[in-house]
Amino acid sequence: MVQTPKNVSEMKPGDIGIISGFTDEYLSVKLMEMGCLPGIPVRFNFRAPFGDPICISVSGYELSLRLEEAATISIVN
Amino acid sequence: MTIPRRQKVALVGNPNSGKSSLFNQLTGLKQKIGNFPGVTVEKRSGVTSLPDGSSLEIIDLPGIYSIYPRSLDEQIVAEILLDHHAPTTPNKIVVIADATNLKRGLLLLSQIIDIGLPTILALNMMDLVARAGISYDIKALSKKLGIPVVPINARIGIGLEELKKVIAGPVSSPADSIFKIWDEVKAPVKELRETLGVDNDYEAYQFLEQPKSLKFLSAKEQQVVDDVRNRYHFFPGKFQGAETIQRYGFIQDLLNEVTLKQTDFSWKNYSRKIDRVLTHRIWGYALFFGLLFLIFQAIFAWATVPMDMIDLLFADLSRYLHSVLPDGPLTSLLADGIVPGIGGIIIFVPQIAILFAFISVLEESGYMARVVFLMDKLMRRFGLNGKSVVPLMSGVACAIPAIMATRTIDNWKERTITIFVTPLMSCSARLPVFTILIALIVPEQKAFGFFNLQGIALMGLYLLGFLAALGSAWIMKQIIRVRERSFLIMELPTYRVPRWSNVGYTIVEKTKAFVLEAGKVIMAISIVLWVLASYGPGDKIPNARENVLAESKSLRLTEQGLEDRIAAYKLENSYAGVIGKALEPVIKPLGYDWKIGIALITSFAAREVFVGTMATIYSIGSAGGKDDATIKSRMKEEINPETGGPRFTPAVGFSLLVFYLFAMQCMSTIAVVYRETGGWKWPLLQLLYMTALAYVSAWIVYQVLS
Repeated sequence: MVQTPKNVSEMKPGDIGIISGFTDEYLSVKLMEMGCLPGIPVRFNFRAPFGDPICISVSGYELSLRLEEAATISIVN
Repeated sequence: MTIPRRQKVALVGNPNSGKSSLFNQLTGLKQKIGNFPGVTVEKRSGVTSLPDGSSLEIIDLPGIYSIYPRSLDEQIVAEILLDHHAPTTPNKIVVIADATNLKRGLLLLSQIIDIGLPTILALNMMDLVARAGISYDIKALSKKLGIPVVPINARIGIGLEELKKVIAGPVSSPADSIFKIWDEVKAPVKELRETLGVDNDYEAYQFLEQPKSLKFLSAKEQQVVDDVRNRYHFFPGKFQGAETIQRYGFIQDLLNEVTLKQTDFSWKNYSRKIDRVLTHRIWGYALFFGLLFLIFQAIFAWATVPMDMIDLLFADLSRYLHSVLPDGPLTSLLADGIVPGIGGIIIFVPQIAILFAFISVLEESGYMARVVFLMDKLMRRFGLNGKSVVPLMSGVACAIPAIMATRTIDNWKERTITIFVTPLMSCSARLPVFTILIALIVPEQKAFGFFNLQGIALMGLYLLGFLAALGSAWIMKQIIRVRERSFLIMELPTYRVPRWSNVGYTIVEKTKAFVLEAGKVIMAISIVLWVLASYGPGDKIPNARENVLAESKSLRLTEQGLEDRIAAYKLENSYAGVIGKALEPVIKPLGYDWKIGIALITSFAAREVFVGTMATIYSIGSAGGKDDATIKSRMKEEINPETGGPRFTPAVGFSLLVFYLFAMQCMSTIAVVYRETGGWKWPLLQLLYMTALAYVSAWIVYQVLS
């Protein structure tokens, strides 16, 4: 059985989820300023060749972030 | 009578919103580049003329996503915008926003409006908006926001006349702020407004939120703010997330009202297809390293043509000055000190121009963000940034443009480490030293039939330099502790064709900054070195000709040979010679004598001077520089009086090679590090570290091999 991803770092290329919250307060402000808002859909696009960082689409922007940063974005799907 | 001050207009916007294009379009070549006082953030300002004949000062502030700073660049913007009563306070602010996706631009705009300075919104990229099938009700947008809104296309300059007209006219700020401050902070905000006379609620709220951005307040005023913050138990950062959510709520409502047609993202997919290739695990790296190789080739090979011309021109100018001016110390200062000093600055211009042409194309096209994406994981381990790759590779050609290229790294720690280790990459100025020493001590043989031993030695040196750079970076990563968190939440901008005039402006700007600022230091050190090499204690130098003639009466020297001897005699008895001799006990454990000591000192101007100094000191100056074979055979003949054997044994040779690889023998690098880090701390630490590394390594090499 495949576990459903609970945060963005657990997603696979092509997955889409809805942002439900953040686990790191300091990063959350930065993430929201960049367009990652609770309730907004996020799409996992692709990983860098060594698996980290990753590229996501959110609010019409393409962002790159490290896995440890992606892990602070909680999602529901 | 007072002359009215020229109005100041600040440009504010997200990175990649077209701010630089707008700035270049408005100011053209009437730009000034400097630093903001006290910090190393670059300040670009320029002048634009208005339709009515008057003119405005335009200040280009660093690109930001929000008024809450997370880097030095962003801090500057916050400080400028919060300080409303300084001579530097902008009279008006133009916020430029990417109209193809307005959310983030509007977030910043809403914060700027609330700060209370008169604000104008410039909606950029209207051509792409039309192509994507979006259209905005600009009148409604302007009415809802309470500020003027001007659609523009900064790339080709559409809408600028209208924008200038709006800037010239009166701009008032809306009475109500967009963000409604929390009930909990109403009391402290009120108190601050009463005691400090802060203009509006949101500005006072920012005073509470941003203790680090209040350097413009007096110590007493800062104390008042701290006091209020403590009494009301206010923690900076507590409400920032909630504020952002409230603002996005307002923005969503606003966009729903003013967007007449919704977007489709078909042109974004175009970008994603390119990314599939450019960030591919094989093609991505292959393309990137191919590109690095091209840049390396360009600064290494193509730049030599203009560099040789500059070199020749200044040498001719020196000779010409000698021939037309009367002999004397002033002529010598001009022809041997100042002219070569200026030449030594101008000679870097081709490399700087070429490297920044490449870098600005990479930045403009959006590829630079992918470089970071590809390299982040590898470089992070060494305390470096994905963007450090470009300076490190460029360092193999020349550390000067390479260190200037570190400005693209946002994180202070990663940028400092990159600057610190870049000079360890073996640059092209070391090459003449390497070739002559390798030719001297490594036999021209082939190993395993096809590997040229000399080639392997040369490659080994480059590799050693690279490893030393990475190793030093790793050590620094452990030592430097900062509270600034390293993160990589970065936009991957849509690929775009670079705007060539922006590339041109970048080249002009970087070259100007180097020539004017690092040039001053290079000039000063050149003159000091000239004094050291042309003057000496006592009267030996003025009497050099007589002394040499007396010594060598029986030798029947040719005219040329006599001149060479005099030159050698002068150098030996100059201050540089005296220091070289005094240095002998220190460098003896490395296997060097005072003659090599003199070369180490004169090499501080630039490493390649080693070859010329060797030629002068061995009395073959007239052949020197042009004929490596002469110098090589002369060096081969040099006898070590203590051993009776050759002076340049393999042990001495390798020790010298390692010394030249690691030592910071380049005044221009010191000058440029001084400029880029904004002080003497880092260049001096670097000089100390590299000298120690060079000394210890050379000592080990000599002791092991001899």
